[in-house]
Amino acid sequence: MLGKIGKRLVTVIPTLIGVIVVTFLLTRVLPGDPAIYFAGPAATPQSIADIRKQLGFDRPLPEQFARYVGDLAHGNFGNSLSTGRPVSAEITSRLPASAELTLTGLIISILIAVPLGILAAVRQGSWIDHLCRVVATAGVSLPVFFTGLLLVYVLYFRLGWAPAPIGRLDAFYTAPKQYTGFYLLDSLFTGDFETFRAALSQLILPAFTLGIFSLAPIARMTRASMLAVLASDFVRTARASGLKPSTVILVYAFRNAMLPVVTTLGMVFSFLLGANVLVEKVFAWPGIGSYAVEALIASDFAPVQGFVLTMAILYVALNLAIDVLYGVIDPRVRLEG
Amino acid sequence: MNESATVIRQAALVAPTTPRNSMLRHARYVVSENPVTGLAFALFLLIALAALIGPYVVPHDPLASDTAVTLKPPSWQHWFGTDQLGRDILSRVVVATRLDFVIALSSVALVFAMGGFAGIAAGYFGGWTDRIVSRIADTIMAFPLFVLAMGIVAALGNTVTNIVIATAIINFPLYARVARAEANVRREAGFVQAARLSGNGEFRILLMHILPNIMPIMMVQISLTMGYAILNAAGLSFIGLGVRPPTPEWGIMVAEGAGNIISGEWWIALFPGAALMLAVFCFNLLGDGLRDLVDPQRRT
Repeated sequence: MLGKIGKRLVTVIPTLIGVIVVTFLLTRVLPGDPAIYFAGPAATPQSIADIRKQLGFDRPLPEQFARYVGDLAHGNFGNSLSTGRPVSAEITSRLPASAELTLTGLIISILIAVPLGILAAVRQGSWIDHLCRVVATAGVSLPVFFTGLLLVYVLYFRLGWAPAPIGRLDAFYTAPKQYTGFYLLDSLFTGDFETFRAALSQLILPAFTLGIFSLAPIARMTRASMLAVLASDFVRTARASGLKPSTVILVYAFRNAMLPVVTTLGMVFSFLLGANVLVEKVFAWPGIGSYAVEALIASDFAPVQGFVLTMAILYVALNLAIDVLYGVIDPRVRLEG
Repeated sequence: MNESATVIRQAALVAPTTPRNSMLRHARYVVSENPVTGLAFALFLLIALAALIGPYVVPHDPLASDTAVTLKPPSWQHWFGTDQLGRDILSRVVVATRLDFVIALSSVALVFAMGGFAGIAAGYFGGWTDRIVSRIADTIMAFPLFVLAMGIVAALGNTVTNIVIATAIINFPLYARVARAEANVRREAGFVQAARLSGNGEFRILLMHILPNIMPIMMVQISLTMGYAILNAAGLSFIGLGVRPPTPEWGIMVAEGAGNIISGEWWIALFPGAALMLAVFCFNLLGDGLRDLVDPQRRT
């Protein structure tokens, strides 16, 4: 098993190299002078030339690349133009906010989509099956920023159930002492239930918005793979042996049907990490997505580059984790290796 | 794809081509089985019509502001209400159709040309061509796609053209993979060998024999990605990339109305958002319908 994971780790290396090359090329080779980006709007030809020299843009490309990789290895993503702060520090401090939001969104969508998919497969052709199809098609068609705004209008403005979309915590509360950076967990660790409740109420709408967006692929895949498994011989045998229907479905069929669903999680994460940016903008969520958007508008390239790289590395790591998880739940994968 | 499906598909390759009227009958059958496809097609015609003649039939100038009627809710005068500058939202939503449609269409055409050709070449020639194309596709897939699109637009510059390019690039792997798989199945098919034997060059075979054969499946891919392309472009303009105000475009109009949501002026963001949703919904349904028509094996 460990050898298998080791082998999978090796396959990550070319992917990571590809990711780093692309993020490097995004600044250096494309049209436009990167030194002008870094020099800012008030630049003189002299200051641009200085910056070019200082950043090593007058060197040959391979040398620049080596320098870029060296900087990355030291955790140096460059400095933001507008704030002057190092990008890596800013991203590290904002990452927990994004991670908390994305993970909660994923959990919500799994909690809804998996039972929905199972029910749709078990009662194929019933109203719940049609509901599943409608939800799946609507889910991929709804622009995530639009769903977010609709939820804000209905639940905040009309009904007053949700707080205003102004970030992670109402100004009234102070952030809990930082352990994980996840407000929900941190407030629980410190036993501060009042803050927990406040953080949860801020989180619920954006997380739901993300959840609705990623429902579709999970529900669709659960339904399809559940249908395939329910038609298989071992389920028929289990039924013929007189096992309770609930045992057949939840123990025999479900475990096997989950395998393809776990594989689609990779794609779901690609959706989620992208949609995250839009949701953060709608809900003024202080994560890395809104950081990147602010930088984009200000033509401040270093944060955007750091953001793209961070997201890509996160995504590669998540895919790796999914593959390892797949090996754990599917014994056949272990035997083949 | 499982083995039996591949066998059936290969059998279909050597089977004589079906006459046209049976194709029509099949189309009628698919539509009657799933009336939603017919609805989606009607919706598509409506969107196409709005894109074509929209700017000539709208009741108001989409750019003209009128401070006397700012932030008015929907009324007989302004069916969709007016925005902060008193512009008519109905006119803006209709006029925006063309821009959104053109962005999506040109990015899909671009990726069809790039990804389709690279994929066919990879599947047909194999070897190094295949390795390079697959490596490029894998590298693109290593990024969360919307994030990569943001990075590309940021690097190339904040213009509509670059939104088209970025949307095309992030869809490249999808097209390249489908084209590669389909070309690969056909590289040793009877008609290809016959074409080779009668002295056709490799590129001629690629363009005149393989490409027309995989066209139906690529068409399905196109309509399935159109919705995604619109969604992606609108998302980029929602965060302030590409389209600049006051140009009417669905994504940026939702962004303009976002601030008014919490003070209750729902119509500014709702109508462009709903138009966007309908367009994407329409293309997704149409894609599913087309797939049923072309590739009954994968019908769900």
